[in-house]
Amino acid sequence: MSEKILLAHGSGGQMSHELVEHLFLKYFDSPILARLDDAAVFGVSDSLDLRPETLNLRLAFTTDSYVVSPIFFPGGDIGKLAVCGTVNDLAMGGATPLYLSVGLVLEEGLLLADLERVVASMATTAQDAGVQIVTGDTKVVDRGKADRLFVNTAGIGVVPAGVELGGDRVRPGDIVILNGTVGDHGMTIMSQREGLRFDSPLVSDCAPLHGLVARMLDALPAPGGYGNPPRMGEELSMEALRCLRDPTRGGLATALNEVAGKSGVGIEIEEQAVPVRDAVRAACELLGLDPLYVANEGKLVAFVAPEAADTVLDAMRAHEYGREAAVIGQVTSEHVGRVVLRTPLGARRILDMLVGDQLPRIC
Amino acid sequence: MKYIDEFRDPHLARKLLANIRAQSEQDACFMEFCGGHTHAIFRHGLRQMLPPTVDLRSGPGCPVCVTADADIDRAIALAKLPDVILTTFGDMLRVPGSHGSLQMAKAEGGDVRIVYSPLDALQIARDNPEHAVIFLGVGFETTAPGVAASILEADAENLDNFYVLSLHKLTPPATRAILDAGEVRLAGIIGPGHVTTIIGSQAWEFLPQDYGIPCAVAGFEPLDILRAVASMVEMVEDGRPAVVNTYSRGVRSEGNPTALGIMHRVFGMSEADWRGLGRVPASGLTLREAYARFDAALAFPVEVGPSRQHTGCRCGDVLRGVVEPPDCPLFRRVCTPARPVGPCMVSAEGACAAWYKYGEANV
Amino acid sequence: MCLAIPTLVTSIEGTTARAEVGGVERAISLALTPEARVGDYVLIHTGFAISVIDEEEAQETLRLLEELAEFYTDEMVAAEMEQQPGSAPGT
Repeated sequence: MSEKILLAHGSGGQMSHELVEHLFLKYFDSPILARLDDAAVFGVSDSLDLRPETLNLRLAFTTDSYVVSPIFFPGGDIGKLAVCGTVNDLAMGGATPLYLSVGLVLEEGLLLADLERVVASMATTAQDAGVQIVTGDTKVVDRGKADRLFVNTAGIGVVPAGVELGGDRVRPGDIVILNGTVGDHGMTIMSQREGLRFDSPLVSDCAPLHGLVARMLDALPAPGGYGNPPRMGEELSMEALRCLRDPTRGGLATALNEVAGKSGVGIEIEEQAVPVRDAVRAACELLGLDPLYVANEGKLVAFVAPEAADTVLDAMRAHEYGREAAVIGQVTSEHVGRVVLRTPLGARRILDMLVGDQLPRIC
Repeated sequence: MKYIDEFRDPHLARKLLANIRAQSEQDACFMEFCGGHTHAIFRHGLRQMLPPTVDLRSGPGCPVCVTADADIDRAIALAKLPDVILTTFGDMLRVPGSHGSLQMAKAEGGDVRIVYSPLDALQIARDNPEHAVIFLGVGFETTAPGVAASILEADAENLDNFYVLSLHKLTPPATRAILDAGEVRLAGIIGPGHVTTIIGSQAWEFLPQDYGIPCAVAGFEPLDILRAVASMVEMVEDGRPAVVNTYSRGVRSEGNPTALGIMHRVFGMSEADWRGLGRVPASGLTLREAYARFDAALAFPVEVGPSRQHTGCRCGDVLRGVVEPPDCPLFRRVCTPARPVGPCMVSAEGACAAWYKYGEANV
Repeated sequence: MCLAIPTLVTSIEGTTARAEVGGVERAISLALTPEARVGDYVLIHTGFAISVIDEEEAQETLRLLEELAEFYTDEMVAAEMEQQPGSAPGT
């Protein structure tokens, strides 16, 4: 590992992973943490007795920090991003999000009007998402020590019985489904950066996805008759939804590689099936970037048992954040741990994890 | 996207491949000079679809890869000077010099900023009159005219804080150097399409005339590359080497006289140090005396220690097409995109990066 | 050296222009292609137009490719592909 922290350590790619594996996991010795899912899911009981057989409720708990610059961008702001990001991490664990905390680090000199705008946005987003912000903290640091403001949100939710989602649950034959276009958020932010500015109809896709996830889970009956009874002649169960990931930093490619690694499977993706907006495609071509590695903030990738794929896809398309949902690939027992992309020409090539930062190139 | 999508038509690509297969009888090794071609070939999976008689070798056409260690060290030293803003294309950020990279210089407090265009660097100079803004001029004939035009603009405005460290290099002399070295039996050269928009297809006439091998100037979409390969296979089989411009929508025989005029007005030719090729006469561009005040090398002479020698690194051999990346003992074992030893692994166009990232030819 | 993409010139003011591709617009310099006009497609590299695309040549290239396509029927393509071990099957 390099001696100093570099920006690439925060990009969500391989260097970020190394930091987690070689530093954080080394010291923070927890089997729950070691699962490295988007949210930590664990059981509790009302008797304060932590023996597994007494646990009668599962909670999901997660935290994220937001340092995006600029803090206001088409489609959202750092506040909306923070609320959605934490809600989505909980949703990826199958949880119904309930309560959020907000920690703010403010730069001396930040305009009160800007802070109010961010706070108002967090309130609106939280209300729309059906969650409450119930605790928080504020610190102020000297001018130059925080890029206007940094936000940390932590969230807690309840995981219903029968819902078992995890990066290690994916099996060969599972279908890979994406809820919409990729690259929107990252390219929107990129378009605002100094030296890389261009005008575009790009808008961040920042959105809370737990409603979509609930719709997907509802489409699948729980074993033993929780909710709707299983349909006659069908073998579907909630187990059919194996895993959900939100492809944020590092993009879709990185999220797929993480799952392939954790589940010990191979994944094959059809390049032409991945939805990408024209403007995102064009912006990527201009800068020499690949949309598959660009961050998303309103997207999820679902790994679904083949018999349930159509049901889940229909449920997604009926929801506002799943209208453009598409099957993008399949899980296989070949090339374990690796993701392979089938190009429009019919050739197959490796789709690796993001290594450092994806840098705009001249060549 | 117009003039891109049409040239990615999979249906036409398959026909071109059939044409190549039908014609190709002799073994032929073609060098794609340009790193952008290497990247495109891998990205679209073209290698695995060509017949076994056609071998493609990467050449030294990656301006980042061919930048000598001493020059990278010089750039890093400049970045560390007080009151200097070093502006650079994104590709250069992670290239390892003798001790660290520009990215590490940034982590240590150097003001290093990524720009998409030398014009952006010019703007940074206007916005920061109390700083010296140095632009790292890397790139071949495609890039140099734009940098020259930026210097002319700075001159017209009497900007006194804008500088260029010219590491620009010329492609025909490098091609000659490789052929003169005679290390690889090349049956033809895939000509760099965008360099040739500037220098003109006639600039490659020396290939059939002096070396008896064909050159097909190629664009960067799959159909462009396949068409160029088809054309060269035809010329090899017929034994009639010539220069064929298959990128006629962008390339003219005489090139872009305006751009050439501007480039030669600002820059003169000098010998240059190429990684892999060593010193090549008349292959580098240096600022003419009339523009000497913009020359960062003169305004900021920096001492750089002896360049490091990393035993085992075969970037130089890869750049000359003598070996392919897997033949380098460090490839994948020691040298990876996360921990690159040489620039061929870190540059997006580097052959080693392409081999590593996109995997072996047949997955 | 290589990354240049075709964009449409939508307006010109002096030596700067606005160019558009896929709905994305950027300011570019025409210093290297002063002959460019609104409605032209230009290849842009690092913020400069380096060449005006010759629309006729583009169409001619595509036409040549189509001719080639007619010569090679789908059956011939399939036959060629089958001879190659490890190549991807046509879709």
